[in-house]
Amino acid sequence: MRSAGIDIGSRAVKLVLVEDGQVAERAVADTGSDPLAVCRRLLDGVRCDVLVATGYGRHLFREHWQQAEVITEIKAVALGAAALIPYCRAIIDIGGQDSKAVALDAAGRVQKFAMNDRCAAGTGQFLEMMATALSYTREEFVAAARRAARAQKLTSLCSVFAQSEVVSLIARGAPREEVALGIHQSIASRVAALAGAVPLEAPLAFTGGCAHNECLAALLGEALRLPLQVPDSPQTVAALGCALHAAVARR
Amino acid sequence: MATDYRPMWKELGLDLEAHDALLGVLGPLYQQTFMSQPDRPEGMKYFDFVMSEVHGLRIQELVEAKKAGRKVVGAFCTFVPEEIVLALDGILVGLCAGAEFATAEAEKLLPRNMCALIKGAFGFALARVCPYLLASDVIVGENTCDGKKKSYEIFKDLVARLYTMDLPQTKSAEGRALLRAEFSRFASFLEKLTGKKLTAAALKKGIAAVNAKRAVMHRLAKLRAADPAPISGLDGLLVNQVYFYDDPARFTASVAKICDELEARIERKAGVAPLGTPRILVSGCPMAVPNWKLPAIVERAGAVIVGEESCVGERGTQALTADSGPTKDQLLDAIVERYLKIDCAIFTPNESRLEHILSMARSLRADGVIHYGLQFCSPYQIEAGPVEKRLEKEGLPTLRIDTDYGQEDVGQIRTRVEAFVERLRG
Repeated sequence: MRSAGIDIGSRAVKLVLVEDGQVAERAVADTGSDPLAVCRRLLDGVRCDVLVATGYGRHLFREHWQQAEVITEIKAVALGAAALIPYCRAIIDIGGQDSKAVALDAAGRVQKFAMNDRCAAGTGQFLEMMATALSYTREEFVAAARRAARAQKLTSLCSVFAQSEVVSLIARGAPREEVALGIHQSIASRVAALAGAVPLEAPLAFTGGCAHNECLAALLGEALRLPLQVPDSPQTVAALGCALHAAVARR
Repeated sequence: MATDYRPMWKELGLDLEAHDALLGVLGPLYQQTFMSQPDRPEGMKYFDFVMSEVHGLRIQELVEAKKAGRKVVGAFCTFVPEEIVLALDGILVGLCAGAEFATAEAEKLLPRNMCALIKGAFGFALARVCPYLLASDVIVGENTCDGKKKSYEIFKDLVARLYTMDLPQTKSAEGRALLRAEFSRFASFLEKLTGKKLTAAALKKGIAAVNAKRAVMHRLAKLRAADPAPISGLDGLLVNQVYFYDDPARFTASVAKICDELEARIERKAGVAPLGTPRILVSGCPMAVPNWKLPAIVERAGAVIVGEESCVGERGTQALTADSGPTKDQLLDAIVERYLKIDCAIFTPNESRLEHILSMARSLRADGVIHYGLQFCSPYQIEAGPVEKRLEKEGLPTLRIDTDYGQEDVGQIRTRVEAFVERLRG
């Protein structure tokens, strides 16, 4: 049996195909301004018996792919992480526009979760905005933060205010890489605060597009006082969870 | 044929154009939220009618009562003692402020980081779109939270007459004495306003009328404990919302009729959602008309709301006033006793609210609790943390939602609510 999971995120659409319990295919594409067109392109020629969707575009997707089932990102990422990290008990997921903390019970079921509200602080989008403000590419931004000997402290967690704070730090002659590190620290502490209401314990998975960011992973580990495990292809964990859910639901 | 209320609205001083805009939003919103629900009790037709005439027939009744010499008292809070208003032949109407209106105008008078309810009240007053506000002979401004207390200082210039009522912040002997003094002062004020004398006999009648209204809400609440749920949470909330401004006797009779119908439904194990549907108790800030945002999301996500621990809900309707004796003083004491049971978050400490949430969750057989906080409502947002901790400890899954009247976070709330429902399904 082939099952497909699709995660229509704010920045990227992720597709994972699972055949007999094994990942057969993975694909990632920018969401852009027409998520449905991106979904159509990714699913073009894909043969599958069941299809499950998640992500902020899941309900829109369901309107056009009526055979699809829909689950939330929280359940999807839980299923995916539980499959990738043995005995996984908690997840920090930072995507383009949201961040979440999820605690799992011993059976891998969602026990408690918290998610950021409408504000973009503590998300991938915030990181991108700040990198742009510092005239860095994404890769340069992370590398600069890792190079910095110390951090410039950012006091504002609001992405709009933080941007002007970055501008004024630069105007005062603060080294760019120190500002870059300060930005990473502010995200780490924001996400750690979000996770405060969720009982986190190891093994803790770090997933979502931002899990590629080694600087953020290290800082989060310090802030949460727990080692983070980044699975392969962390961005596609929720899509994988969908595909696995499809397989289970079918059975 | 529909009655033309425009001359009446004009006479009340409504801004007809702005008011048309408001009704143009309200009507379709109601249709979309309520009329699409499956298997609604027949008795809800009365509430559909009340809502369709919310600025029409009911206002006409108020205007006619005023012509007959009765006084209309407007209130924003469950702490305003309706028994005393009724005893002096007055009419108490709840003012809703459950929607954004003329927010930019309101923000000229208020800081931006102010709760949506207070901003809504200002917006409705400034834009002159609320006939209840304009039909009220006096508006009672009660000193609950800082936001309300301080904003009434500005609000008083926007309305014909504002009466300020102080409230205690602790349930101590001193707090009780303060509330007693304030209720006496309110009674004297109303005596002057109405030109009538408060008597024990009239007070007893007032108590009986309000108690009857509360008792029928208690009956409805009990019926909502059935699985399958015999009535949706949206309809349950609507009944609680109409509680505030409908004629008490007619309201009581209409709810009783619904209860009869629900009893028959329960008898044949019928409901609005299948047996085993995740059951949710909503707790927190009041949801005034037309604030149906969260319940609509919850019930669309495949859960059913079985109760509201809220001012527009059981916090407002709980406990009867004892008919405690033959004298006015004894009766006023009993009224104070009853109102002090309201576990509003302005009280410190406010342990009884926690116990009330737990007991409601158990008696209504809720699978989980959603704590609803209005952004910038410090009292309830602060209590949300300890409430969540305690409920989770007692094995009751809890989700905290902080929001306002805006629609831009509906997607995010929907995700969290759906994930919560997934969690309840296990």
